Amino acid sequence: MNLRTFKKGVRPSEFKEFTDGKSIEILPLPNEVFIPVQQHIGAPCKPVVEKGMDVKTGQIIATAGGFVSSLIHATISGKVKAIESFPHPLGGQGLMIQIVSDGKDEWIDTGEDNPKVRDWEKLSKDEIITAIQNAGIVGMGGAAFPLHVKLSPPKGKTIDTFILNGCECEPFLTADHRMMLEQTDDVVLGVRLIMKALGAEKAIIGIEANKPDAIEKITKAIVPFPNITVQPLKVKYPQGAEKMLIKAALDRNVPAGGLPMDVNVVVNNVGTAIAVTDAVMRKRPVIERVVTVTGKGIREPKNVLARIGTPFQNLIDFCGGLTEDAAKVLMGGPMMGVTQHTLAVPVIKATSGIVCLTFESVVEKTEYPCIQCGACIRVCPMDLMPTRLARFAQNCKWDEAEKFGIVNCIECGSCAFVCPSNIPLVQRIRIGKLKVNEIRRKQKTAEKVESI
Amino acid sequence: MDEKQNIRTEESEKNASAKTNPAPSVKPVEKKLFFLSSSPHMKAPSDVRMIMWIVIAALLPAVGFSVYNFGFHSLITIAVSILAATITEEIVNLARKRKMTINDGSAVLTGLLLAMTLPPSLPLSMVVIGSVFAIFIGKQIFGGLGNNIFNPALIGRAFLQASFPIPMTTWTIPRTVDAISSATPLGLFKFEKTLTPTYDLFIGTVGGCIGETSALFILIGGLILILLRIADWRIPVSYLGTVVIFSGILWIVNPVNFPNPAFQLFAGGLMLGAFFMATDMVTSPVTPKGKWIFGVGAGIILILIRQFGGYPEGVMYSILIMNCVTPLINRFTRPRYFGEIKQ
Repeated sequence: MNLRTFKKGVRPSEFKEFTDGKSIEILPLPNEVFIPVQQHIGAPCKPVVEKGMDVKTGQIIATAGGFVSSLIHATISGKVKAIESFPHPLGGQGLMIQIVSDGKDEWIDTGEDNPKVRDWEKLSKDEIITAIQNAGIVGMGGAAFPLHVKLSPPKGKTIDTFILNGCECEPFLTADHRMMLEQTDDVVLGVRLIMKALGAEKAIIGIEANKPDAIEKITKAIVPFPNITVQPLKVKYPQGAEKMLIKAALDRNVPAGGLPMDVNVVVNNVGTAIAVTDAVMRKRPVIERVVTVTGKGIREPKNVLARIGTPFQNLIDFCGGLTEDAAKVLMGGPMMGVTQHTLAVPVIKATSGIVCLTFESVVEKTEYPCIQCGACIRVCPMDLMPTRLARFAQNCKWDEAEKFGIVNCIECGSCAFVCPSNIPLVQRIRIGKLKVNEIRRKQKTAEKVESI
Repeated sequence: MDEKQNIRTEESEKNASAKTNPAPSVKPVEKKLFFLSSSPHMKAPSDVRMIMWIVIAALLPAVGFSVYNFGFHSLITIAVSILAATITEEIVNLARKRKMTINDGSAVLTGLLLAMTLPPSLPLSMVVIGSVFAIFIGKQIFGGLGNNIFNPALIGRAFLQASFPIPMTTWTIPRTVDAISSATPLGLFKFEKTLTPTYDLFIGTVGGCIGETSALFILIGGLILILLRIADWRIPVSYLGTVVIFSGILWIVNPVNFPNPAFQLFAGGLMLGAFFMATDMVTSPVTPKGKWIFGVGAGIILILIRQFGGYPEGVMYSILIMNCVTPLINRFTRPRYFGEIKQ
C-alpha cells in the first residue's frame, strides 16, 4: 500500500480496540432533549418555537442567525418545556430548547417524495446546496462549520478536489470507522453529491491504514467511479487535521491564515457525507449522529446512534454506566476533547465521541523547567516553535508571539503530548492565541476609525 | 505531589462512600469526581528525569575505562565531584525555598561531566571547588535547570583552569599510580611535535583527563544517546565534520606543522565534548538549522585554538563560546512555519 502522510506529528496509543469491532447501536428515544441554539461556528440561531408548543421530529425550531449559521431541527416529537440556559458541552452555559418527548417520534411532513429515493442526477448545484442548508448540516468532525457556506466558495475560487476525511486520527474514536463500514453506499453517494455541488473534478477519500476493512470496503464501492480514489494514510496524529490531510493527499500547502479553498480543495468528514445523502435523498435533516462512547471509565464501550440533544447521562447509562474509577469525561477524543463537569450536557452535531478516562490517566504530572530539548519543535505539524510560543504567552510578549506565528497553531496538542518536562505548552499557546487575535482585532478597528 | 495527594484523598472519600452506600450500579453524578483540564488528555511516557539518567548511564562505559586507565583514584574524583554538585544544588534549593531536585539527575550529571574533564591527579579539594562553582555559578545563578546559558560542567572546568593552571595541566601516565608530570597527546604535538599513534588514541591508553581519553567508549555511549534521540545527531556530525574538514585542509597544506584529521578527531576531549557537552539540550540551539550552525562554529573555533592559540586544547572554549551565541542562533533560525509566505 502506498501510504502518504505529512511531516512530523506524534503516535499516541490508539485504544480503538474498545469499539472498532462493535456495530452502531440505536439509542432508545430519550425522555427529553436539550437542543443548543449554538452548535456551529458562526452566528447563534434564533428560536422560532415558544414554551408549551408541540413540535414534531424534523421541525425547524431555530432559524439561522446569519449566512454563516445553520438551521436547528427538533430531534424528537413532543412539547417545548423551556427555552433557557443549560450546561453546554463546549463549556459554560448556552441557550437551549428543552423538548419533552411524547414517545411517538412523529415526523413532520417533509414533502411529496419522502421517503422515496430521488433522481439526484437531475438536481442542480443550487438545489443540492439548498437541500443541505435546509437540513442544517455542519461539519460533523468537530469544527461544525456550516456546510452550505463551505460549498459556496466566493467568486474567483474554484474547487478542483474534494477530500473526504476518514482519518479519525484521535485515539479511542471509531464512529467514522463504523460509518464507513456500515453505511458505505451512503458515504460514496454523499461524496458524489458534494462533488456535484462543488463542481469538483475528483475526490479523494483519505483513510488511515489502521482501518484496513474500511479501506477495502470503500475501494470496492468506488469501482464504478473513476474520479473518486481512496488514499490510505500513515497512522499518525494529527493526520485528520484539514491542512495536514491536504498536504498528505495532494502535497499542497494551505497558506498560513488561509483556507483549504485557497488551494482549490474542500475537506469534509465521513459523517457529513452521510448527512448530505440523508438530506438530499431522504429530505432528512440532521437530528442524530453516531457517537463513540468509550474509554476505560465506561463499562460497555459502544458506538451509539443518538438524537442530537440527548443528555450524556442517557448514552452512558446505555453503555452500562461509568466505572468506579472514572475520573474525567470528555466530549471528543483525548487529544482535543473538552472535559465535562456534568453528564447533563447534551450531544450536539459535533459530538464525535464521549471518552471516559480513569484516575490513572488523569494524574497531573509535576511540571519541570524546559530543558530546550526541542521535542515539541520536532513534532509540531505546523512547524512552529511551541516552547518559545508558550514562553512568549507566559511573559505576555504578544508582538514576539505574533512574529513567531502563534495564530497558526491548530491546537492539536502534539507539543504538550511529547513534552518530557510536562509543560502545558498548547494550553499556554491557546491563551496567547486568543490574546494576539484580540489585539489584532482592536488594531483593525482602530485603523478603521482612523480612516473614517 | 499536591495533585497526587488530592487524588488520593478523593479516592479514599469515594471508597468511604462506596462502603456506606452499597454497590451503586451507576455512579451518581458528583461534580468533584470529574477532573477538568484543557486538552490534550494524553501524555507520552517521556520524562526529564529519564533523559538525565540515560545520559548518565551512557557515560558509564567511559567511566569504566577511566578506572582501567587511571586506577580507582578516578572513581574517587568522580564520586567527590558528584557529591559536591548535589549538595550544592540542595543547599541552593533550601535557600531559594524550592523542592528537592536531586532526583531529576541534572546535578549528578553535571558533577559527573565535570569529573570527566579533570586531570586524574587533581587534588580533591580543587575538585570540590570546581563542582560547587559549576552548580552555583554555572547553573543556579541563572535560575536552575533549563535557564543556564553555559554548560555548567564546562564553567566549573574553566574556573579551575583559570585558578589552578599547574594542577590542571599535570597529567598522569596511564596504567601507573605515579602522578608524574607528563603530557597529553595534544600537548606532545603542540610543544614537541610528537604524534601519538591513532590506534592508542582511539582505544584511549594515553594521558589526558579522566573521561576523555577513550574515543571508543565515548562513541558507544554517544551512539546510544543518538539512537534514543536524546542527543541530536546534527551537533556531533557538524562539529566533528568541521574539525575533520578544517584540519584536513591545514594538513594537506602543511603536514609538518599540522597533524592529520584522525589525530585531531581522537586526541583530547573532542569526542567527549561533541557527544556529551555540545549536545547538552539546555545550552545548544533548539532548531535543526541552529544545531548545524552550532556544530560548525564550535569546530572552527576548536581548530583555531588548537593550531593557532596558546592552549593545546580548545574543546571547552569552543563549546562555551558557541553556548553564548545560542540564544542568538535560536532567534535567527526560526523554521518557516507551515504555509508561511516567503518575504
